[in-house]
Amino acid sequence: MDILSNIPPHLFRMIIAVAVVLGFVFANATVMGYLERKLAGRFQRRLGPMEVGWHGILQMPVDGIKLIAKQLIVPDNVAGILFYVAPLIAMSPVALPFLVIPFAPGLQVIDLDVGAIFVLTMISFNTVAVFLAGWSSNNNYAMIGAMRAVAQNIAYEIPILLSVLAIGLMTNTFSMKGIIEAQKSIWFIIVQPAAFIMMFICSIAETNRAPFDLPEAESELTAGFHTEYSGIAFSLFMIAEYTYMFVNCCLVATLFLGGWKGIPLPFGDYSSCIWFFAKVYFLMFVIVWCRWTFPRVRFDQLMNFAWKYLIPFSLVNLLITAILVKLL
Amino acid sequence: MKKYFSDLVTGAKSLVAGFIVTFKALLSPVVTVQYPREKLPVGKGYRGHPILILEDDTGRPKCIACGSCMRLCPSQCITVQGEKKEGDKRKYPTVFQVDFTRCSLCGTCSEVCPVAALEYSDVYGLAGFTREEFQYDLLADLPGLVETGFKPVSAD
Amino acid sequence: MTPQAVSKPIHYRYFINMGPQHPSTHGVLRLVVGLYGEYVLSLEPVIGYGHRMQELMAERRPWPAFLPNTARMDYACGLPHQHCYLLAIEKMLGIAVAQRGEYLRVITTEINRIVSHLLWLGANLLDLGAFTPILYCFDDRENFLDILEDVTGSRLTHCWYRAGGVLNDVPADFADRLRAVIKRMYGRFEIYKNLVTDNIIFQKRTKDIGIITPDLARRYGATGPVLRGSGIAYDIRKSMPYSIYPQLDFDIPVGEQGDCFDRYIVHIEEMRQSLRIIEQCIDRLPEGEVRTKLPKKMTLPPGDCTFSVEGARGEVTYYLVGDGSDVPYRLKVRAPCFSNLSLLPELCEDMLLADMIATMGSLDLVIPEVDR
Repeated sequence: MDILSNIPPHLFRMIIAVAVVLGFVFANATVMGYLERKLAGRFQRRLGPMEVGWHGILQMPVDGIKLIAKQLIVPDNVAGILFYVAPLIAMSPVALPFLVIPFAPGLQVIDLDVGAIFVLTMISFNTVAVFLAGWSSNNNYAMIGAMRAVAQNIAYEIPILLSVLAIGLMTNTFSMKGIIEAQKSIWFIIVQPAAFIMMFICSIAETNRAPFDLPEAESELTAGFHTEYSGIAFSLFMIAEYTYMFVNCCLVATLFLGGWKGIPLPFGDYSSCIWFFAKVYFLMFVIVWCRWTFPRVRFDQLMNFAWKYLIPFSLVNLLITAILVKLL
Repeated sequence: MKKYFSDLVTGAKSLVAGFIVTFKALLSPVVTVQYPREKLPVGKGYRGHPILILEDDTGRPKCIACGSCMRLCPSQCITVQGEKKEGDKRKYPTVFQVDFTRCSLCGTCSEVCPVAALEYSDVYGLAGFTREEFQYDLLADLPGLVETGFKPVSAD
Repeated sequence: MTPQAVSKPIHYRYFINMGPQHPSTHGVLRLVVGLYGEYVLSLEPVIGYGHRMQELMAERRPWPAFLPNTARMDYACGLPHQHCYLLAIEKMLGIAVAQRGEYLRVITTEINRIVSHLLWLGANLLDLGAFTPILYCFDDRENFLDILEDVTGSRLTHCWYRAGGVLNDVPADFADRLRAVIKRMYGRFEIYKNLVTDNIIFQKRTKDIGIITPDLARRYGATGPVLRGSGIAYDIRKSMPYSIYPQLDFDIPVGEQGDCFDRYIVHIEEMRQSLRIIEQCIDRLPEGEVRTKLPKKMTLPPGDCTFSVEGARGEVTYYLVGDGSDVPYRLKVRAPCFSNLSLLPELCEDMLLADMIATMGSLDLVIPEVDR
């Protein structure tokens, strides 16, 4: 008893938080994997997974078990330890953005002053993992994919930051909670529609989703940076991708859609949480919708779009915001 | 400069049009069937593997074991032997084998048959683990026919 | 923006082996691609993985026994091959074809052309990274294949044409069903327009990409939509009319500058024209026998004969030599895909890898037809 009382209560809280977050990460990947396949089916006028469980609802857990049970095939001449580390690097930082995401008024681990920036920083870690994976695989397809991923992510982080900056100018804070509080009267999607659209497009590109899925463009590069990965290593990349998608959508929902705010629902304290998740999953639905509608852009077009359209537009948007904030 | 902005507008419009197409598809009913659970009716003209047609009154094959099909089969996958037993008016087949691994379902055998004794089943999706499973003896029961309750068209 | 030509630092070239198992080398084509960054410096198609000695098979058996093989030359569009083989045989033997049989042959050939173009459309978009259109294409394709199945007995490797006509008459509801499907198909073009043709990403990916100049197309003997995309209105159905095509009213769509987008437009327009041809044929379908009565055994006279028809991918030519027996002495098939593939190395120099895939997809290659 003495020992237990000597342990600071923070530690328990942290352990519980980590367990909950990791559990959520896997659950989110499962749900999103299922929804993506189901939606893909319906967009293509077929049913999607139907065999395992009611309407295929157990398909993703079963797939997960299969992937975990599979042999991890390591090709010859991979760059040793880096090959093994890359999926771990992809996976490990995914828990950190959850620290600052405000799911509901009281449901936030810590409200950092630089919350939005912190989330973006953690998301950029993925680039390192993708590049390491591509580099260490000793495969030309993987290498091309990795190079594309780096160039793409660097180009698209700039407009994201500039859009966040526009919000920061209006709210005087990057704290996630502060930004939500600032949207008391009106959501920022109405005040800053251009920033919203640009930020949303960029977050699709940032998470390497179609139509910007160039690092894993399957018709060109078979599977891109994860060509040589199998089993659990591959699924770690997939889980990381879905989690980054979720985090990106959380950020967009917080910055532009008023976070947990919404018409009161008859669920007491839970209603704000429900609103938050509804907004996030709606954004994820739009991302999935994009993927099953459009062809893939070419690499130089992708860069052109970032440097010729998104970055100038976000700069102009920032300038206008700054002037208006100063004047009003 | 004008093109720079007009590209943006037309591009955005076209993307929205694409969104509408797929969203309509999302709301419209599915067009596929869950294949092993539900099956679509097979087209009337579909050609499965060859089968022998029986005489209505005697229940014996119409085949007279003339061997036309065997000779003219492009894949040479048919083996026919026949003999005229005591008390029979004509030759009946004693061996009628089809090597289905080689059959190209071209329709020649039933086309050349002088007594129209060959037909095609509507069995599809046949699968097996060995080649031997596809050495069909048309005089014996054939796989798939019993389950589907197939009757040759000209037998009715 | 077209990528600028890069100077060729051949020492920095690295290779990737695309295929024989690669998502976008449909079938069993292998491409040895030398790259500098993402620019294609050299490209070498390696063919022969699907070689089945079809022509030799024809020289070992009586000519009617080769009919099933003709449909297996080109898995996506087999009926023009069968049509061509039989037209060559009929020309050689002087067989008159039953009128109704010939109309039915043209109807089914055109259905097969639409089916093949729909497959191309979906596969090409898959190469460009759009996953959904191929499912819509297959939806349409199934409607046509159902009709073909009812008529010819199979969905893919049809063997229905016979010397002097076709094997059997069509079902009674054939014309009505076909009309309904054609009507539906006309409506479906709107979907493809909204989803694909007008799409800005698709246009950026295909316009000014992979430009085949008329000169390049002529030098390599390209035919079919590849040639017509370059603005040359060369279609065997018009330029060397055969069968009943002279009596039918249809246009030859041509492109303007020969890029991937033009080839796409030509494919789409050809589908419309095929629908028009089918409609006319149904309206004029004569009554009567579908097949002329022929003697049991017909030997090929000494001498040779060639015949060309317009397949879905271009000019299909069968060259047949007889020696007085019923076994052809020699059969040579000119498959359009071989010529269309052969211009790929020159076309794809200094291209981006992604454009190379888009260009290859737009050529509508069926590798078993190249290998035979």
